[in-house]
Amino acid sequence: MATQHSRTAARIMMAPAVTLLLGWMLVPLIMTLYFSFKKYLPLRGGDLGWVGFDNYVRFVSSSAFWPSVTATLIIVGGVLLITICFGVLLAILLDQPMWGQGIVRILIIAPFFVMPTVSSLVWKNMFMDPNYGLLSYLWEFFGAEPIQWMSQAALPSIIIIVSWQWLPFATLILLTAIQSLDSEQLEASEMDGASTLRRFWHIILPHLSRAITVVLLIQTIFLLSIFAEIFVTTGGAFGSKTLSYLIFQRVLESQNVGLGSAGGVYAIILANIVAIFLMRIVGKNLDN
Amino acid sequence: MGQIILNQVRKTFGDVEVIPPLDLTINDGEFCVFVGPSGCGKSTLLRLIAGLEDVTSGDISIDGQSATELPPAKRGLAMVFQSYALYPHMSVRKNIAFPLRMAGLPKDEIEKRVTNAASVLNLTDYLDRRPGQLSGGQRQRVAIGRAIVREPAAFLFDEPLSNLDAALRVGMRLEISELHKRLSTTMIYVTHDQVEAMTMADKIVVLRAGNIEQVGSPLELYKAPRNTFVAGFIGSPKMNFIQGEQASALGADTIGIRPEHIDVSDTQGQWSGRVGVSEHLGSDTFIHVHDTGLGDTITVRAAGEVDFKHGDTIHLTPRADQIHKFDAQGLRI
Ligand SMILES: Nc1ncnc2c1ncn2[C@@H]1O[C@H](COP(=O)(O)OP(=O)(O)OP(=O)(O)O)[C@@H](O)[C@H]1O
Ligand SMILES: [Mg+2]
Repeated sequence: MATQHSRTAARIMMAPAVTLLLGWMLVPLIMTLYFSFKKYLPLRGGDLGWVGFDNYVRFVSSSAFWPSVTATLIIVGGVLLITICFGVLLAILLDQPMWGQGIVRILIIAPFFVMPTVSSLVWKNMFMDPNYGLLSYLWEFFGAEPIQWMSQAALPSIIIIVSWQWLPFATLILLTAIQSLDSEQLEASEMDGASTLRRFWHIILPHLSRAITVVLLIQTIFLLSIFAEIFVTTGGAFGSKTLSYLIFQRVLESQNVGLGSAGGVYAIILANIVAIFLMRIVGKNLDN
Repeated sequence: MGQIILNQVRKTFGDVEVIPPLDLTINDGEFCVFVGPSGCGKSTLLRLIAGLEDVTSGDISIDGQSATELPPAKRGLAMVFQSYALYPHMSVRKNIAFPLRMAGLPKDEIEKRVTNAASVLNLTDYLDRRPGQLSGGQRQRVAIGRAIVREPAAFLFDEPLSNLDAALRVGMRLEISELHKRLSTTMIYVTHDQVEAMTMADKIVVLRAGNIEQVGSPLELYKAPRNTFVAGFIGSPKMNFIQGEQASALGADTIGIRPEHIDVSDTQGQWSGRVGVSEHLGSDTFIHVHDTGLGDTITVRAAGEVDFKHGDTIHLTPRADQIHKFDAQGLRI
């Protein structure tokens, strides 16, 4: 795209896609903003007129707001921590030459293809059920009292389930990154006297930093909006109500579209704060 | 110190024997060059010495002690890789300091050695850059710097100059030779470029398919190649090989004569032929002569500029005392 002419042509050709995407994003955004300034109760009188910032104030001052922000951050943080740590380990493991490598890789990726609803139900009923879940048998085998996962440890349960879903994604990206590491670099560091652990710390991990950044950013965006995993497991009870789940309750359970929209705007702001924050600390990895 | 002795060292990858049992002694302070065509096992041999590959059988000893079972870091050798293998996320300073940090040297000692190496290699101005911001030649020097700070018993180079352009290659060749003179540490240098081998080596090891064909000083190899392979490999342009009548007249199966040992004339000579392509280098001219009745095309070197045109008739006279004779097995007679 060097010449003026070809640049103009490129712009014209990109225009439909850009317009479509812009509309795709802008229409819902503007509608959310629009409703957030209205008192709109679909089953109780419909549109009751403009209320200014009333919905915003009410959403924040509700007792459920701050706990939901905390729950969101704990879930996102926990899942990121688990997927990245185990992702790096699995990636290193899968990079080793071994028998049946292809099949093992496919198996590792498999959880990513299971729908969130399905995997959450499987986890809830087959593993974490206090009476007949596999984990309760395990606990009983060691003579311990089975945990009531959904009620006693709601947040850890959700973190485990979501981590299980996202681990393949992290592993896959980190694996391709590890495969691109020049083996001569590892050999050079070996000759330089670096032990296995130090090679990991000084050579492999810095090499992976960019891939880790990518995993961090992409996962954060998706994890901020997890919903199905909470809906089918705890239903938002026991402190597992995230911001997106709270908005869902406001709109559909309380039938208050205005209040829910205000919450949506907060969610957008939160997502952006997290994104900027992440870009700041890790974004420099993407620069060079 | 840095005497390296290979005793019946053998290496196989699966069923393929890449290095058949091989003996070699590299003396302390020697500049030893492994040379041979691609795939002959030069890198493998170097990596065996470095410890990056395990020997299948045989013994490697460094300074009189068996190193066969030692991990690479414990052998006291430093290696410079073809791709340089610098650590891209570290500054030049950190790269050079890395082996010292791993060895747990005190900070001021590390600083001293890094500064010293940087000044030897003209890297002082680049210490805070990343490898990605350096030219090929500078990267090469950083890789060498990382090797010399360790003060190793021997340096191992695997085709260190093959990624550089021709002019830089000549420059780095001199720098490495100079470094060797200054440090007088053993160096083992792998290349497939016979010019590098001839100009730098104290001792050349010519390899073919993992076998040592000949070991000797550059001039020994040039003057008395043990077989046709070495004769053809050492020297540029290649030696001319002649079979048939001319050879049997001298009691050999094949005779070899280097291009620089043939005199040319436009009036008379032992052989005559038709001038093909002439390569003018300024100082010399290489003339390819066809239709000499000797089989292959003959290459001759004429000093300076000569006045032969394509298609001219040319007369050649080999210098009798410079003719190499080989038997049917290609061995020197
Ligand atoms: N890891 C390996 N597994 C199997 N075969 C190998 C391995 N490494 C090298 N070889 C084989 O060993 C032979 C020698 O390889 P080596 O790399 O030592 O050649 P080389 O002399 O360095 O060649 P070049 O000049 O092209 O670098 C080659 O035929 C190669 O295919
Ligand atoms: Mg090689």
